[in-house]
Amino acid sequence: MTAPLRTPARTSARRRSQATTAFPYDGGDLDRFRELQRLAYACAERVGAWLEPGVTERQASARLGRELAAAGVQDFFHIPFAWFGDRTAFRHFRTPLQFFPSRRRLEEGMPYILDCAPVIDGYTADIGYAGRAGASPVWDRIDRDLREYRDLIVAEARRRTPLNEIYARVDALIARHGYDNRHRVYPGRVIGHQITRTTARGPAGVSVLGFGVRTLQTLGREFLGERRYGRSPLWADGRASRHAPTPGLWAVEPHVAFRDVGLKFEELLVVTEDDAYWLDDDLPHVRRWQRAADTSSDLAVPDLAVPGVVVPGVASGVAVEAR
Amino acid sequence: MRRRAVVSAGVPLAMYEQGNPAGPTVLLVHGYPDTHGVWDDVAAALAADGHHVVRYDVRGAGASGAPRGVSSYRLSHLADDLFAVADAVSPYRAVHLAAHDWGSIQAWEAVTDPRAAGRIASYTSLSGPCLDHAGHWARRRLARPTPHHLGQLLTQATRSWYIGLFHLPLLAPAGWRLGLAARWGSVLARAEGVTPRAGHPRPTLAADAVRGIALYRANMLRHLLRPRQRPTAVPVQLITLTRDRYVSPALGDDLDRWAPRLWRRTLTAGHWSALLEKGPTVAQMIGEIAAHADGAPAAPALERAAASSREQAASQRQRLRLGPRLGPRLGRGLERAAFAGKLAVVTGGGSGIGRATALAFAEHGAAVVVCDLDLATAERTVELARLLGAPEAHAYRVDVADSAAVDTFAREVAVAHGVPDIVVNNAGVGHGGTFLRTTEKEWRHILEVNLGGVVHGCRAFATLMVERGEGGHLVNVASAAAYLPSKVLAAYATSKAAVYMLSDCLRAELAPAGIGVSTICPGLVNTNIARTSTFSGRSADGLDATRDRFAALYARRNFPPEKVAWQILRAVRENRAVVPVTVEARAGRLLSRLSPALTRAAARIDID
Ligand SMILES: NC(=O)c1ccc[n+]([C@@H]2O[C@H](COP(=O)([O-])OP(=O)(O)OC[C@H]3O[C@@H](n4cnc5c(N)ncnc54)[C@H](O)[C@@H]3O)[C@@H](O)[C@H]2O)c1
Repeated sequence: MTAPLRTPARTSARRRSQATTAFPYDGGDLDRFRELQRLAYACAERVGAWLEPGVTERQASARLGRELAAAGVQDFFHIPFAWFGDRTAFRHFRTPLQFFPSRRRLEEGMPYILDCAPVIDGYTADIGYAGRAGASPVWDRIDRDLREYRDLIVAEARRRTPLNEIYARVDALIARHGYDNRHRVYPGRVIGHQITRTTARGPAGVSVLGFGVRTLQTLGREFLGERRYGRSPLWADGRASRHAPTPGLWAVEPHVAFRDVGLKFEELLVVTEDDAYWLDDDLPHVRRWQRAADTSSDLAVPDLAVPGVVVPGVASGVAVEAR
Repeated sequence: MRRRAVVSAGVPLAMYEQGNPAGPTVLLVHGYPDTHGVWDDVAAALAADGHHVVRYDVRGAGASGAPRGVSSYRLSHLADDLFAVADAVSPYRAVHLAAHDWGSIQAWEAVTDPRAAGRIASYTSLSGPCLDHAGHWARRRLARPTPHHLGQLLTQATRSWYIGLFHLPLLAPAGWRLGLAARWGSVLARAEGVTPRAGHPRPTLAADAVRGIALYRANMLRHLLRPRQRPTAVPVQLITLTRDRYVSPALGDDLDRWAPRLWRRTLTAGHWSALLEKGPTVAQMIGEIAAHADGAPAAPALERAAASSREQAASQRQRLRLGPRLGPRLGRGLERAAFAGKLAVVTGGGSGIGRATALAFAEHGAAVVVCDLDLATAERTVELARLLGAPEAHAYRVDVADSAAVDTFAREVAVAHGVPDIVVNNAGVGHGGTFLRTTEKEWRHILEVNLGGVVHGCRAFATLMVERGEGGHLVNVASAAAYLPSKVLAAYATSKAAVYMLSDCLRAELAPAGIGVSTICPGLVNTNIARTSTFSGRSADGLDATRDRFAALYARRNFPPEKVAWQILRAVRENRAVVPVTVEARAGRLLSRLSPALTRAAARIDID
């Protein structure tokens, strides 16, 4: 999930080109971010295993919050979310309030998504964990395809393709798959947003419209800072994203759906001045795809290669190297 | 043809045999006021196909004996006659039965009799329900008088006016004697579209018709008012005639309760034209169920008929339980199984409107065949269609601009999956450019794909549909550009206007064959088309920029192809002629009628 902020006004091309930032984190910082991301995924996995038909979204998100707190999480970038059934595809969402956990009960065969963003010592994770209760062939199909989005995004980021163009290529892949883009339902239509170490002093654990007070403070500052260079900390398809990936950490969350079944993952992408890689490859969805690829070799070949764009395997190879 | 007499409980029945005596026996039973002669065409086709075909004149008709007294015409006697004939012609092997009108009512009596096991291998019923089933059907509807149910009852009642007349003394017999019989041929010709032929109706008509009134008087009220439980294990093929003036299709709604092994098929024909004009088609259907009942794998069309029957039964059960409003419905009020048992072909089904349409048909129970220039994308559509529950889905690589390729495609589809019920000619390409800039090559390409593709698709598939004789539906995807001129769409708009006109002409031509034609004018729909359109007189860079601009425009409009797909399904369901989809397409159509001068003025606007 991302912040409900508006994209900045247009800026001149001249000012845009001045922007060069050094990568702001050292190896120690990256280790902390990675540790927290793993912790968040571990909590989500535990809650996923505990889920069963009859549980409501509110119960699931509350449980996720408790798991995270028990694991030492001090604050949230945004409150934990849980979506069940067609709400995983954000069907019939008209207001942002509909993102909040509802009384919807999980049923056999339903997909679900858990999304949380814990903060420890200012280090932040923002993850999305998709699952299903019982069998769902549609879910399995989308899950197998989701891997291509992960490979595509990192390959394009390494090429320093402007963010709005990467967004468009993700859209093209979605169209080829026959799915629809659900990240565009998020405020600002964003597929991702920048993550920094929060340094704000507001009260921890207090949230406004689902976002921690400290988050809002930090985001506000980030936003103004980036705007000076004509860049946005939000990654969408508009003009504000017409620039190469800014060095730093990006929480990226491609979210696709077919009919009433929605899937996403969300994890941190590391962008340096001349490279890009996923912060971690030891994550539930990556392991799941790996297992599937090991058992059925046809998955090693993507069903629909986008010519000249996706080279599966290469991208994850890069990420492994970077670890 | 060999003729002999079989005596059943003292009544001599005239029986006629033809075809291969060693082949599977098919027994054909005629209705009122006919004789075995009404089956001539069907019998000839079945005999040519290697069957042993047996017909007889029922008691009171043609050359058979006519016992006195209304009670001699009770269903139990008529069923005994049927078994007597079956025993005489095929004592050791069960026979395949097909019956029409009153013949079908009598045959139901036999099929739901315990003796049917081992004697009747399959039963094809046309236009004649089991009277007991009909009694239960009416009771269930009276017990649950929803508007839908009352409507069904009323519809059937209005088609049964003559039954009331037949119960009045004197009137009906006098009608037949005083001229109706003499004019029966022209009544059939006018009301039913039956071509007059020599020897039909028979000279015995007036006498048969008068005696046959006993059929109604002996049976109708008895069974309708006090219906018995009459289930059967015999495989039943129910052929519903879409233009039947006497039997409403809804009568068959509950049939799966009584005949669990049920295949439902539809024939675009009237009560008599089915046998007199579409004999070969009816023969083929009888042959298919007979072969399947004898152990052969089901022909594709028959396979789908079974699916259609299952789905209809499920939604019927649901409706009886929940009332019509709460049944399982999807997108804009279509029932989930609205197209169960149908085969839909979609060209250009690998992307955009074509893919969405194929998926919508799949979601509503149809089997789908998708073709595209790009096989991988068509295969993807097929995979998604299967995930949505399509009973069958197949992908083909076809260039619709190539008429020979389209013909081959149509033949392959017919052989492998059966003649389609619906064909959506959707494949098309976009093109922008003023007339003087558009090259001859560009013109040819646009016309070959957008117009040629539709022409070839219509020709190849409509030919098959007409031959099959069960009707069907063609959908041609045109565009709002068909009626909104623009100087920068010279070639594209011309091609789409041609598709529009072609569809209007074709609709008139195919209506008698029960084939509907719909023209769809989408408007601005968010698909790949902006990215793949060509533009005259652009450098490569300029082309990219133009495409980006158009893609952005389409994306901002953001009208999903799924909504066009729903309109296509609706157009087929309701047989709508022209469907403009988006607001701009509808407003444009209105404007083009109210003020053509304004649309001509707007044609001067530079779009890019
Ligand atoms: N999208 C719109 O706004 C719009 C508006 C009006 C009319 N239309 C019409 O709708 C139809 C479908 O268009 P769409 O928007 O889905 O476009 P699309 O480009 O997304 O899909 C068209 C499909 O047709 C296939 N195709 C093209 N040429 C072919 C050929 N020669 N043989 C076989 N397949 C071929 C393509 O490969 C593609 O898969 C077209 O006829 C188009 O003219 C579209």
